[in-house]
Amino acid sequence: MERNDDNWLLRVRNLTKIYGEANENTLALTGPMFNSNICPETDSIVACAGIDFDLYPGEVLGIVGESGSGKSTVVKLLYFDMEQTVGAAWLKPYNDGLINILSESNQKKRFIRNHLMGMVYQNPRDGLNFRFSSGGNIAEKLIMAGNMHVGHIRERASDLLNKTEVPVQRMDDRPSSFSGGMQQRVQISKAIANNPPLLFLDEVTTGLDVSVQARVLDLIRELQQDLGIAMIVVSHDLSVIRMLTDRTMVMKNGRIVESGLTDQILQDPQHEYSQLLVSSLL
Amino acid sequence: MVENKKYVNKYNFAFIDEATKKEIRRKLLKAVAIPGYQVPYSSPEMPISRGWGTGGLHVTLAIIGKADVFKIIDQGSDASVNACNLREFVHMMTNCKTTFDTREATLIQTRHRVTEEELNENQIYIYQVPQPEPLRGVERYENKTRQMHGEADYAKMWVSLYEQIVRHGDIMLGAGYPVKVNDRYIMAPSPIPKWDCPNINQSKALHLFGAGREKRLYAVPPYTKVEPLEFEDIKFHPEDFTTRTCFKTGYNKAYLDELYFDDGTRHFVINDSNFLDKMVNNEPIKQHSNKYLSELKNGAE
Ligand SMILES: Nc1ncnc2c1ncn2[C@@H]1O[C@H](COP(=O)(O)OP(=O)(O)OP(=O)(O)O)[C@@H](O)[C@H]1O
Ligand SMILES: [Mg+2]
Repeated sequence: MERNDDNWLLRVRNLTKIYGEANENTLALTGPMFNSNICPETDSIVACAGIDFDLYPGEVLGIVGESGSGKSTVVKLLYFDMEQTVGAAWLKPYNDGLINILSESNQKKRFIRNHLMGMVYQNPRDGLNFRFSSGGNIAEKLIMAGNMHVGHIRERASDLLNKTEVPVQRMDDRPSSFSGGMQQRVQISKAIANNPPLLFLDEVTTGLDVSVQARVLDLIRELQQDLGIAMIVVSHDLSVIRMLTDRTMVMKNGRIVESGLTDQILQDPQHEYSQLLVSSLL
Repeated sequence: MVENKKYVNKYNFAFIDEATKKEIRRKLLKAVAIPGYQVPYSSPEMPISRGWGTGGLHVTLAIIGKADVFKIIDQGSDASVNACNLREFVHMMTNCKTTFDTREATLIQTRHRVTEEELNENQIYIYQVPQPEPLRGVERYENKTRQMHGEADYAKMWVSLYEQIVRHGDIMLGAGYPVKVNDRYIMAPSPIPKWDCPNINQSKALHLFGAGREKRLYAVPPYTKVEPLEFEDIKFHPEDFTTRTCFKTGYNKAYLDELYFDDGTRHFVINDSNFLDKMVNNEPIKQHSNKYLSELKNGAE
């Protein structure tokens, strides 16, 4: 699709999260130039600051960076898991992109989350309720979107488990009895249950066996191609970024230091930190 | 000299002092204004311990007037020990007339049942509630459940019903089946049997709920929609007595208790003692009507 200033799916401006009491110098005294996200005057922590980007429908955007650089913070803010300090975001399918979703009420945020977004966390325990069966976990998302028919819920859940290659016979078992790879697949099923246009994936393959990693990555790529979901993929692993994403943002100390087409960043990184990352991959 | 009369009477009318009664009444007004919403209240000390019907007693004593006629039942019976003790206490503290007759009463306090006989617009029906929070089973933390109610975020509750259907083929909640009040709040109707839930829907009487230990009051005003939670394809249904009948009356369109005789034989009897007496004596009774009851056939007919 032709990209222009108008057909974005998600627009993010000046997204900032600061822990602790900041002062007027906090932003100027933190970031990659200081190799720190801690304000020397106030000890406040700048988890992320001044994050700007547009995401287009069906596009896969990577966020890469070292541990603590603020990658998870960005997606968690956008999925309303935590509240931003400043910043705004607009989502096209919600009120035609005219309302800052970050300042909506909790009830509206829950609506957006249930109908227009999905999230897959690094730790399946964050995304799944281990007291419910895997089918029940998927049911939760469907029920939240107004599906109140047990038969239909179970049909949809088995379709989703099929699609993510989880044996359907295990639908009524709790995810605690599943392997790590299977738990991630259930999380993915849940996240895409309501066909959201936008999916967040935070280090989904970290902690999995290499062979299992490859299969989960394949699955994500297939889903992306079949369903055309736009994704934000967070990883500190450049090979994951290379495999999945079209565009990449490199983060360090809470800031974006470089962004562009993934191929270009991998072939010709501009920022010295990106260069370091890429050379460590080779 | 001004005479201090404050301590001339050993107790204030209806035991609780007037300021505290006012507090409880104000909270009850709030509860009526927001049907199904749990209002925190003071839950003052009573001469019985919390958890033994103090919540119901607080409500009764806060609203009872000298002209009221008081009835109290425990599991449908006017004669159980708990009901007798509380009846005597209320009588001693108010000198109000007491009765077993559901129709005569203006104030009915109950533990775990709604009467079979229809309630009317002049009656107030008061429940003793052990656990007011319907979401407690799916969420331990009070601040979370309050937020869930505030935002009508009931997905977890629904998933727990879904899970029961998957595991047991049905929703396995006997007493205290959750209901949705006035299209908004999910409410615990106290541990009444499922049989009684439809009788709160659009009831002519005012229903007040008091949970003394948990310090919560809530209400269902007259003519308010009360719906048991159900899925589109898996519906709520009351207890099924179609294959049983009351051994005294041959009736089965009422909630039945199981009885074992000395010879080991099993029998059933109507649980609501006043309803049973009236049936046995052939007195006129107007029973609650609801869609589940009207679909039932009496096995004895
Ligand atoms: N509750 C908190 N209080 C203070 N600082 C926090 C808190 N949560 C996160 N941070 C800080 O915010 C920064 C960004 O954290 P974030 O989790 O976004 O990093 P990340 O890039 O996802 O790292 P990783 O690769 O390890 O997951 C880190 O420096 C972290 O220490
Ligand atoms: Mg992270």
